[in-house]
Amino acid sequence: MKEKILKSSLLYTLLSIAIGFLVGAVLLQAIGVSPVKAYGKLYQGVFGKPKFMFYSIIYGAPLIFTGLSVAFSFRTGIFNIGAEGQFVMGSLAAVVVGILFPLPAPLHVLLCLVVAALAGAFWGFLVGLLKVKKGINEVLSYIMFNWIAFYFSNYVVNLKTIHTDQGAEASKNILATASMKIPQALIPFAGGAELHAGVPLALLFAFLIWFILSKTTFGYQLRAVGYSRSAAEYGGINSKRVFLLSMSLSGVLAGLGGAVQILGMSERVSMFAAQEGYGFQGITVALIGGTHPLGCIFSGLFYGAMKYGGNKLTTVDVPAEVVSIIMGTIIIFIAITPVIKNLVQRGFQKKGESHAE
Amino acid sequence: MGRDEETKAWEGTPNATAEDGKEQEPVIEMRDIVKRFGDFVANDHVQLKLHKGEVLAILGENGAGKSTLMNILYGMLRPSSGEILVRGQKVEMDSPEKAISLGIGMVHQHFMLIPPFTVAENIILGAEPMQGLTVDLNGAKKRIRELSEQYHLMVDVDAKVEDISVGMQQRVEILKVLYRGADILILDEPTASLTPQEIDELMEIISHLTKAGKSILIITHKLKEIKCIAHKCMIIRQGKYIDTVDVCSCSEDDLAAMMVGRKVNRVVEKKAQEPGEVVLSVKNLHAKDYRGVEILKGLNLEVRAGEILGLAGIDGNGQSELVEILTGLAHATEGEIQLLGKDISCKSPREIFDAGLSSIPEDRQKHGLVLDFSVAENLILQNYGEAPYSKGGILQKKAIEEHASRMIEKFDIRPKGCESRAAGQLSGGNQQKVIIAREVENDKSLLIAFNPTRGLDVGAIEFVHKYLVEQRNKGRGILLISFELEEVMGLSDRIGVIFSGNIQKSFAGNEADEYTLGLYMAGGKE
Repeated sequence: MKEKILKSSLLYTLLSIAIGFLVGAVLLQAIGVSPVKAYGKLYQGVFGKPKFMFYSIIYGAPLIFTGLSVAFSFRTGIFNIGAEGQFVMGSLAAVVVGILFPLPAPLHVLLCLVVAALAGAFWGFLVGLLKVKKGINEVLSYIMFNWIAFYFSNYVVNLKTIHTDQGAEASKNILATASMKIPQALIPFAGGAELHAGVPLALLFAFLIWFILSKTTFGYQLRAVGYSRSAAEYGGINSKRVFLLSMSLSGVLAGLGGAVQILGMSERVSMFAAQEGYGFQGITVALIGGTHPLGCIFSGLFYGAMKYGGNKLTTVDVPAEVVSIIMGTIIIFIAITPVIKNLVQRGFQKKGESHAE
Repeated sequence: MGRDEETKAWEGTPNATAEDGKEQEPVIEMRDIVKRFGDFVANDHVQLKLHKGEVLAILGENGAGKSTLMNILYGMLRPSSGEILVRGQKVEMDSPEKAISLGIGMVHQHFMLIPPFTVAENIILGAEPMQGLTVDLNGAKKRIRELSEQYHLMVDVDAKVEDISVGMQQRVEILKVLYRGADILILDEPTASLTPQEIDELMEIISHLTKAGKSILIITHKLKEIKCIAHKCMIIRQGKYIDTVDVCSCSEDDLAAMMVGRKVNRVVEKKAQEPGEVVLSVKNLHAKDYRGVEILKGLNLEVRAGEILGLAGIDGNGQSELVEILTGLAHATEGEIQLLGKDISCKSPREIFDAGLSSIPEDRQKHGLVLDFSVAENLILQNYGEAPYSKGGILQKKAIEEHASRMIEKFDIRPKGCESRAAGQLSGGNQQKVIIAREVENDKSLLIAFNPTRGLDVGAIEFVHKYLVEQRNKGRGILLISFELEEVMGLSDRIGVIFSGNIQKSFAGNEADEYTLGLYMAGGKE
């Protein structure tokens, strides 16, 4: 039993999170801020009111999607560092359809989601095509496609039909029929938070991806290629086809994350000055979630809460960047889990031996 | 004791032999070593004595506990009980650094070299001689050349490791430990990846080393090599110490029986059988290797139902390319391949499999298994999409596990109940059994077996050979490609010698002798 616990990756994830907060505390102390006060505020900011808790969940929704996107690609042996670009393409597609193609309410949302998913898929597919046809390393093309998406989005937002005439550097707002927000009448039941349908959608997709990966023959192919491309090919699996499919599907997930953020939350796309980072944060979410689809639900909610709660730190004169430092530290320690595992197990082993003697 | 003093000590008596060693106290003595991992006892009161100038072979089946014992000696694992004496002194071997400081060096089965570094850079890595702030590479090279001459370990100090042969890489590994002043060498399955010529060279090197007073522990399960080079042989079976014997007084069969715990049939029984129709026919096959050099040059062969065609040959004469083309992983530039009368050149692995070909690949860890998949998942690597293992695109867990349990039972895959264990956690022999179970159950008309017993112990080899012959008796065509001449001769109904991308000469299975085959394998002609 003890051995099982010492070997479980959950233990080391929790340990990494604890160390992340510890390092954050040391840094806070170093800049003369009381960690107790800062963490107290963070806690208050997330759990203080039902409204805060609902907002934390809302913040988590797009991150669950990008986390799933990265985790899914990891399982097939691909590092989807391009979730950022796919996210942008998804949100752009959602906003364009949301503005230009009026339809009755549920249909309009559905169309936005489908087009966003296709846009994300297309963005991932192109990188996949370069990989399997020309042998171009996907990490490089992903990064470049992130920038193409970034500038393309700014270009589209600047088009006359899309740009707002309200004087902001952003697109028009989507039509009311494309909104995923819950009806006004229900908001008091969510503690005053504008909850949206993207949250249950994220959960649904997490289960869907888990099901595909572990229960279907398609998932078997994906995992076989992810673990050992050579053995999968030997077994008759067409790895090129698998790569194209998995990279497209990974794009679908990130694209949906972008759509959900627009349709449920911001309702418009702003001109970017810098990459927003939802895709990159998805990498963090995937790693904390153990690259398991269901793990991404929890890590996505965790990151969402940290982002939402972290926003409030400035009110007590604590830089919100502390959150990024904590998340970064957690990732470092998750990345070196094998080392820590070894140390912990050795420690226990030695202890066990001295008891025996 | 300082390292320099030790160096002098053996230089003073360069001609110490095993006979002299017997009167001295052992350089290494391991007493009553027990190592437990949880409930599992990997080493159960194992005894080991190594004398100066002696070669001690450690013989045991896959998973018998040889590596555990050596890891204990090298300080990588700590024993649960028992003691280790080095030159009569009891020591706590708590780290590899400690072992190295006591003059113990280990050459691992899988080399630990940095490919883009030169030979000299690799050898001094971690023990760089300094001259002020810079590495004294020239001084190091001089010292390496001296060592290399002294022990007949020919290497090119300026060559990059990625450009040199496997045999030379091994000499680099040996030099690495000698450079650190080792006089006790542990060689972990040193011949596993060597060609027969390289093995001969290694045997020579070992005898030079012992003549210079070095003591050697060699882990192997190749009985022939033990007879050839070792003075004594220590046998362990399932973690238990069996005996230490004088190699001269034992036959290979005696050693095999002690290792496995029963008499082993090293010769496969095979009844004469009239072969049936042609299963595989290859005509005028041409292919290029990855560098674009023509490696198959108009190769022809035919395999009939109910016969084993053995291809004897030295590695690198086109065997790998031939198998890759036959299984669809690569394509020929020219030629005709027919399986049961159907053209299969330029088809995908899937189509070829469906047409009736299954194969036991050369590299079981790269092609044969998805190491991170469970045994059950590996057993359906080609059939995952078919009933009863999947219905409507959904995997049927129960059917998959039941199939795995049946295979584990039928093929005696150990440990029992390993259905959901990752294939990578099994020993090499059991990994091979998983592949054989899968490929034999596929029930195809042609089975390709490429080095099916590489790295396996005699017990597992017997198992594999028995199954190959059984498949032949059932009327399947078998193409056996092996670098082990003995295996080809023991199993084949017909033998072809492959040399430089062509079948140099064909023999009936019983008319060829080792000498003639060897001649053709080296490209000689009558």
